[in-house]
Amino acid sequence: MIPEIGHFSLILALAMAMVQAVVPLIGAAKGNENWMRMARPVAQGQFLFVATAFACLTYAFITSDFSVLYVAEHSNTELPLQYRVGAVWGGHEGSMLLWVLMLTGWTMAVSVLSRKLADDLIARVIGVLGLVSTGFLFFILLTSNPFIRLMPAALEGRDLNPLLQDPGLVFHPPMLYMGYVGFSVAFAFAIAALLGGRLDAAWARWSRPWTLVAWMFLTMGIAMGSIWAYYELGWGGWWFWDPVENASFMPWLAGTALIHSLAVTEKRGSFKNWTVLLAIIAFSLSLLGTFLVRSGVLTSVHAFATDPTRGVFILILLVIVTGGSMALYAWRAPKVGLGGRFALVSRESFLLANNVLLLVAAATVLLGTLYPLIIDALGMGKISVGPPYFSVVFVPVMTPLVFLMGVGAMARWKEASLPDLAVRLRWAFAVALISAVIVPFLMGEWYPLVSMGLLLSFWVFATIFVGVRRRVRRNQEIGRPGFSGMTRSYVGMQLAHAGVGAFIVGVTLVNGYQVEKDVRMNVGDTTEVAGYTFRFDGVAQTKGPNYTATQGYIQVIKDGADLMVLHPQKRNYNVQTMPMTEAAIDTGLTRDLYASLGEPVSGGAWSVRIYYKPFIDWIWGGCFIMALGGGLAMSDRRYRLASRRKAEKPSGATHAAGALATEGGRA
Amino acid sequence: MKLRFLIPLVVFVVMVGFLGKGLLLDPSEVPSPLIDKPAPQFTLSELHNPGAKFASESMKGQVWLLNVWASWCVSCRQEHPVLVELARQHIVPIYGLNYKDTRPEAAQWLRERGNPYDASAFDNDGRVGMDYGVYGVPETYVIDKKGIIRYKQIGPISPSVLRDQILPLVQRLQQGSPT
Repeated sequence: MIPEIGHFSLILALAMAMVQAVVPLIGAAKGNENWMRMARPVAQGQFLFVATAFACLTYAFITSDFSVLYVAEHSNTELPLQYRVGAVWGGHEGSMLLWVLMLTGWTMAVSVLSRKLADDLIARVIGVLGLVSTGFLFFILLTSNPFIRLMPAALEGRDLNPLLQDPGLVFHPPMLYMGYVGFSVAFAFAIAALLGGRLDAAWARWSRPWTLVAWMFLTMGIAMGSIWAYYELGWGGWWFWDPVENASFMPWLAGTALIHSLAVTEKRGSFKNWTVLLAIIAFSLSLLGTFLVRSGVLTSVHAFATDPTRGVFILILLVIVTGGSMALYAWRAPKVGLGGRFALVSRESFLLANNVLLLVAAATVLLGTLYPLIIDALGMGKISVGPPYFSVVFVPVMTPLVFLMGVGAMARWKEASLPDLAVRLRWAFAVALISAVIVPFLMGEWYPLVSMGLLLSFWVFATIFVGVRRRVRRNQEIGRPGFSGMTRSYVGMQLAHAGVGAFIVGVTLVNGYQVEKDVRMNVGDTTEVAGYTFRFDGVAQTKGPNYTATQGYIQVIKDGADLMVLHPQKRNYNVQTMPMTEAAIDTGLTRDLYASLGEPVSGGAWSVRIYYKPFIDWIWGGCFIMALGGGLAMSDRRYRLASRRKAEKPSGATHAAGALATEGGRA
Repeated sequence: MKLRFLIPLVVFVVMVGFLGKGLLLDPSEVPSPLIDKPAPQFTLSELHNPGAKFASESMKGQVWLLNVWASWCVSCRQEHPVLVELARQHIVPIYGLNYKDTRPEAAQWLRERGNPYDASAFDNDGRVGMDYGVYGVPETYVIDKKGIIRYKQIGPISPSVLRDQILPLVQRLQQGSPT
């Protein structure tokens, strides 16, 4: 009964999505206010029904209802509760339902938080989101219905893929989808602006917080996926340039370009067409990612079960959404005026360079990801594009980007003086250069690439320091407290940039100084890695809720003292009888110790992998700092003031605060 | 309308063309390095008659199919009726390579479903399968009169693959002059 309620709710949600896609858009075109006002209630109703469907599916998983095919394929009575909940999105059908839940959730949030927007704008935004949602609900109901019954019911479920039985499954996909799908809001705002012909600073100001939240979730989602791969796959790598990873990384690059471009459009009114195009591209890359992951056109370590009709369906969806919006762009964008002019050396120029570099980076990732497919489609053979390609093309694009980041954040809008910038930043550069030369010696050995990477990160930190110090001094000169007038948006920007610096520190030092050792160890054997002694004390059998495991005992000794015991496992899951490697990791601020069991060799000996990973946690730490910066910028009071100002008659107080916010945001 | 605003659309259309083409291709289909190379020689005992030997050498001079199968293989059940039907038509001899299986189970399986094979070689430890680069059961090889592999099917043979690819190839090879 419950699954039927879910199924029926999904059909009702589709009906509401169709109304949401049609009525408000026509209303906005004809100026019919009643039709426009349909947008909010219909969007909220749709969310309610999708959420009901999602709750029904979750209920079927929790109660192990194996008369539902999807549940029987992805769950098992032995599966612990948290993974039964995670298993809801552990397969194709459920993850598409999660996608739509996120989409309707975002639409719901827009409908609630945009009370102050003009009726026609909000009608168009919600209408466009309704169009996207209609497409995906059709997709679910026609090709990927999670509520299909299995008659007679299975006695036991086939269990969730052991790779997914990990806390990572519970957090990573929802975060990632929040980000992916969140770009739909910026997309809808862009399309609404094209349709209405109004691309102004207010539009940019409305899009910005939404884009920032989506970007924040996407950043965290990608970082969590990377952490998961690091400890779950047992190779100690953190990024593999796998097509599915690239599918999430491309929208991130485009989204990063978009938040910077939106800043220019809001502050200076320039880059309007460009911003609109970026909003379209960012969401299109999200859709493309969904297509690549769900259609099976590319081989990947994320070997999802695939079905050609699904691929065709998503491709059609992609053509309608992206093709349609790009055609609309070609038609409407030429009428949009240019914004404020700016000199060659100005913050606008630096941000333009940032945008170009980020898009070039996204394009190289896209090319590398699709290249095997293109070559195959042209009948030129089967090839693989791997990390060598990506590191060769990616580093040269990112290096100038990071360098400009330091300069751009210091430059003035409209016109900046290059000599002035040079004077202000010369100490930052000198400090960064000297530390970059010295630190590798302290780490043990000097490599040019390590020095280069450190130069970039120290440069980032130094420019942030110079920028903040300058502000504090200026405040002190006029007798105000040093940190007054610093908006959250400014602090958020600096924080996010510092996150990039921390990230580079991690990547550089891991690549430069990691030690990876594969050794054959008898009981009692020791091996030394980076000053730590590892002693293999044998293995023992142990049992988990739905698996049996061979657990290794590896004693870590430093300077003669016992430090800790690492417990890497080889698990065998009862239902899918798949061997899984569970690495044991000791996490630290300056290094990870990573041990995993290979295969038993002979007479109690095992092949053991021991890795020493310096500063690897800085990689993810950097990502979370970036996300935190994004969150802080999003919560800037300016976005809240903007809505209040429209509602109330402008009073003296809000005026002053508003002026302060603009002043704060300028530097 | 200024043309430069059309650029994104044009790029997108080209990309969709490739994506559409890509949907028709199977990325996991790796061409076997053995195509147009001599089939690895082997001699194994027969499945039904452990005393008798099957030698691939003895097939020189005729076109034949080598089908890798096992009783534990689920997709083989899907393919089996196609093979049984093909065997009934006596167009081409079909030999089985019973891969990593046990004699009683394999014989039982054929009793239940019909035996399309002229003979099945019993590859208990999978050594011959390894020579042929078998990585999924079922697989089927078309081997010509000179003992050269001309075609490899990974996964079950569907009626359409048989009709459109395997049979025309077999006929062409059979018409070619023997050496």
